[in-house]
Amino acid sequence: MRQNDGMTLIVKTVTRISVWMILLYGIYIIFHGHLSPGGGFAGGVIIALAFLNVMLAYGRKFTSDWLNISFLHDVEAASATLFLIIGILGISIGGSFLANFLMKGELFALISSGTILPLNIVIGIKVGMSLFLVVWVLAGSKTVKGE
Amino acid sequence: MPVEPWLIFILSVMIIASIAALEMEDILSSIVAIGVVGLGVSLSFLFLQAPDLAIVQFLFEIFAVIILVRAFLKKDYHKEKPSTINKILAGVTVITLAAIFIFSISVFELLPPFGEPLMTTAQYYLDNGAKDTGAANLVSSIVLDYRAYDTLGEVTVLFAAILGTFTILRIKSKSKKEKTELDHAAK
Repeated sequence: MRQNDGMTLIVKTVTRISVWMILLYGIYIIFHGHLSPGGGFAGGVIIALAFLNVMLAYGRKFTSDWLNISFLHDVEAASATLFLIIGILGISIGGSFLANFLMKGELFALISSGTILPLNIVIGIKVGMSLFLVVWVLAGSKTVKGE
Repeated sequence: MPVEPWLIFILSVMIIASIAALEMEDILSSIVAIGVVGLGVSLSFLFLQAPDLAIVQFLFEIFAVIILVRAFLKKDYHKEKPSTINKILAGVTVITLAAIFIFSISVFELLPPFGEPLMTTAQYYLDNGAKDTGAANLVSSIVLDYRAYDTLGEVTVLFAAILGTFTILRIKSKSKKEKTELDHAAK
């Protein structure tokens, strides 16, 4: 499959530099979800777009070497479970499901707002992995993992 | 009228773009027109002072355009045959819609100003959101604290969606594999 081996050298070089900045921006958006506009969903989409950038520029084979696709699958399923675990911890510590049981902290500080920050991180991982995997499967349904 | 002029401008651009998306023969041009509609949605969210929603909408539109281009680029769907329309039915539909629009202008004038009667719950969130949750972004505090059940439902929906995608595409590729094996056996 010659045409699936990615784009020209210029695109590959730019991608090699820019993909880390895109990932960093996604992580920033996730971690500042409780302070500024954004949050888990927006940051997760940015992370998925960064992976998608690599897939479009370098092709499927390089991407499946670079990222362990079945590991991404496990992370994606585990983050959904993690959300549930945080909710159940809310029952046992805070008294009700998804209760905010951690320290509230100071307003406008990075480490503040109790469980909102961990829930944002979990949702960001979940959304990023899910959207990337959906595109991964849709783009090349010939080689589906897990058969 | 409670609707601002710039909102009418954005909405008319979106309507024109969606008509263009329907009418264009080339499917790639249609995808670009759909992208224009999505950009209009996120712009109007931004100007209606909902930056959280605008960011998510904008990113999802980029994502959708990439998926659509990727899905339709190598397929043979590029040209589409013009559909045949029952002219009487189309005329009746247009006249009915126009009548509904004309009668609903008075309804638009009755609408209250944007965000004006604040509900009791919304007032409570505005007053106590930062104190209760410690989050400076009120949207986050509602989505992940007061209404975290909703978010759990959204996560479940995403999980089910990817599960369904994987299942369907796996069945397809499996049956393709079996078919080629059968062909080889027949030869």
